[in-house]
Amino acid sequence: MSVAVDGFPSREELRRSPGYPSEERLDRGACAVIECVQEIPCNPCETVCPYGAIKVGQPITNLPRLDAELCKGCGLCLAVCPGQAIFLVDKAFAPGEALVGFPYEYVPLPAAGERVPATNRAGEVVAEGRVIRVVNSSRNDRTPVVFLAVPLEVADEVRSMERRGQKPRPGQGE
Amino acid sequence: MTRSDVTIIGAGPAGLAAAIEAARAGAKVVLVDENARPGGQLFKQIHKFFGSREHFAGTRGIDLARKLCQEAQELGVQLVLDTAAFAIYDGRIVAGTTPKGTVQIESERIILATGAMENTFSFKGWTKPGVMGAGAAQTMINLHRVLPGSRILMVGSGNVGLIVTYQLLQAGADVVAVIEALPKIGGYAVHAAKVRRAGVPILTSHTVLEAKGEPEVSSAVICQLDDFKPVAGTEREVEVDTVCLAVGLTPLAELAWMAGCQCEYLPALGGFVPVHDERMETTVKGIFVAGDVTGVEEASTAIEEGRLAGIAAAASLGLLSPDEAEERMTAAWERLAALRMGPFGEGRQAAKEQLMKVGKAG
Amino acid sequence: MRVLDHPILGRLEARRKVTITVDGQPVEAFEGEPILAALLAKGIRVNRITKKRHEPRGLFCGIGRCTDCVMVVNGVPNVRTCVTPVAEGMTVETQQGLGKWGKAK
Repeated sequence: MSVAVDGFPSREELRRSPGYPSEERLDRGACAVIECVQEIPCNPCETVCPYGAIKVGQPITNLPRLDAELCKGCGLCLAVCPGQAIFLVDKAFAPGEALVGFPYEYVPLPAAGERVPATNRAGEVVAEGRVIRVVNSSRNDRTPVVFLAVPLEVADEVRSMERRGQKPRPGQGE
Repeated sequence: MTRSDVTIIGAGPAGLAAAIEAARAGAKVVLVDENARPGGQLFKQIHKFFGSREHFAGTRGIDLARKLCQEAQELGVQLVLDTAAFAIYDGRIVAGTTPKGTVQIESERIILATGAMENTFSFKGWTKPGVMGAGAAQTMINLHRVLPGSRILMVGSGNVGLIVTYQLLQAGADVVAVIEALPKIGGYAVHAAKVRRAGVPILTSHTVLEAKGEPEVSSAVICQLDDFKPVAGTEREVEVDTVCLAVGLTPLAELAWMAGCQCEYLPALGGFVPVHDERMETTVKGIFVAGDVTGVEEASTAIEEGRLAGIAAAASLGLLSPDEAEERMTAAWERLAALRMGPFGEGRQAAKEQLMKVGKAG
Repeated sequence: MRVLDHPILGRLEARRKVTITVDGQPVEAFEGEPILAALLAKGIRVNRITKKRHEPRGLFCGIGRCTDCVMVVNGVPNVRTCVTPVAEGMTVETQQGLGKWGKAK
């Protein structure tokens, strides 16, 4: 299992990366989870963080380093990351339930209260999620962030939801 | 005949940036493009760009295109659209063909920013309607708002293949798989992760053997590869109506060849590219290059090279003092260096250095 | 198949419509869009039949470079449909081989 073959980072690759918070920090509440494990020239996450919790520095190919103690879980970095590689995980959301936030640039968007199939990094449905809110302000610049409540045991797995875009067929939409 | 200080061929990111810099320095600039509107491929780039703030990171290509077009217009750049440049005479006259006939533009300096075109590769049935370049599909969905098909096989997992896969999903199509001949994914992991999350498998060490269907594609046969050789018995037929080819780009260096610019073959840059120096000037004095024509990279690097060429062309006409030009070019080179670092950039950086070394030796 | 709603580009704006004739059938198109886009919106993907082997061809590069999508437009063969905008009353025909010159409009 590796990002170069699977297309998404393995558990081990994530644990090794400087953007992944500790288990202990995640248990305490909302925190950014940065799944950026490849040195590409990019640093908007560093620029946007109002708390200085993300450091890229020079050169800008450095992997983002998360200071999880400074992270307030505001989620601003989720929409700004051009790679959509940052998520929000709150394992103290409710008893037995975690909150997972992820960028979701598809239509139609879900609405708060809806129940949707929550998917993992491979796009497989792993649980049912309850939509808590969808943030899509002008600051998001058309990258909506969906927050799902999911069973606590899948909090480290859920990273998106099943796409609901209808599949057009010839002749449709005329 | 139209006359200008600087004529730029190609109004994509490199050409626009060159036009902006040259015009800002006070040059009379003519910007020629074969399309009906400027922007090149940027208007298809609906995703947010990488980089840092000075590279417009986080800005979508479409928004960047609007910004650059507006800036060029405000600076008085003269746009000559619907005009395909087909020749350069005497190193100073650009000839173009338009729906109304031919035009000639005479200028002191020429900047070639002609970009690149998609590669293809042949397999059984590859000429059938439904097999197309990934860029062609991207043009249809993002520019013209029509889907070229609804079930798609993407061939190639470089950034173009991954980005267009994502954008096909956004446009409402299904991508059944991305296949890649190499044993590992070619593009950025973050792009791969986006399409994986959306449920699209990426099959490494796979290729397409055949596109089937009459008269148009209704399925494709794919198979596993072992050291680039098909593994017998692994053939699979997948039901798709479209096969997109994302197998790299080749610089459009024809005009440079015609003008007598020395070209070098550098695979890391996509093939034959015009040799240039640190001022983006080719081996033909007065002809400069910028962007994908001198090495297939990204829009962000094309913009920086365009700036360099625009500044250098203006400076060579005495419109900028050597100090001013030096200062602006140093800043652009620093921004370029940042974009050419890391595992994806360093190969291009090395190839570019080699290209410029040839330029010096020549 | 038009992309009616899009997460980044928004809803497809209503534009003035024109009617073109494709192989004798009326086809509605949006003013200013390439002929090829209007055809794809209807699910039409074959633009021409080659001269020697009589094979179908369609969209390949989409930017006016490869000439695979050429058709006979208003009686003129070899018109690149991916970069030629539609116009009211335009006639478009599937090109056979190198195409036959017809009555220009």
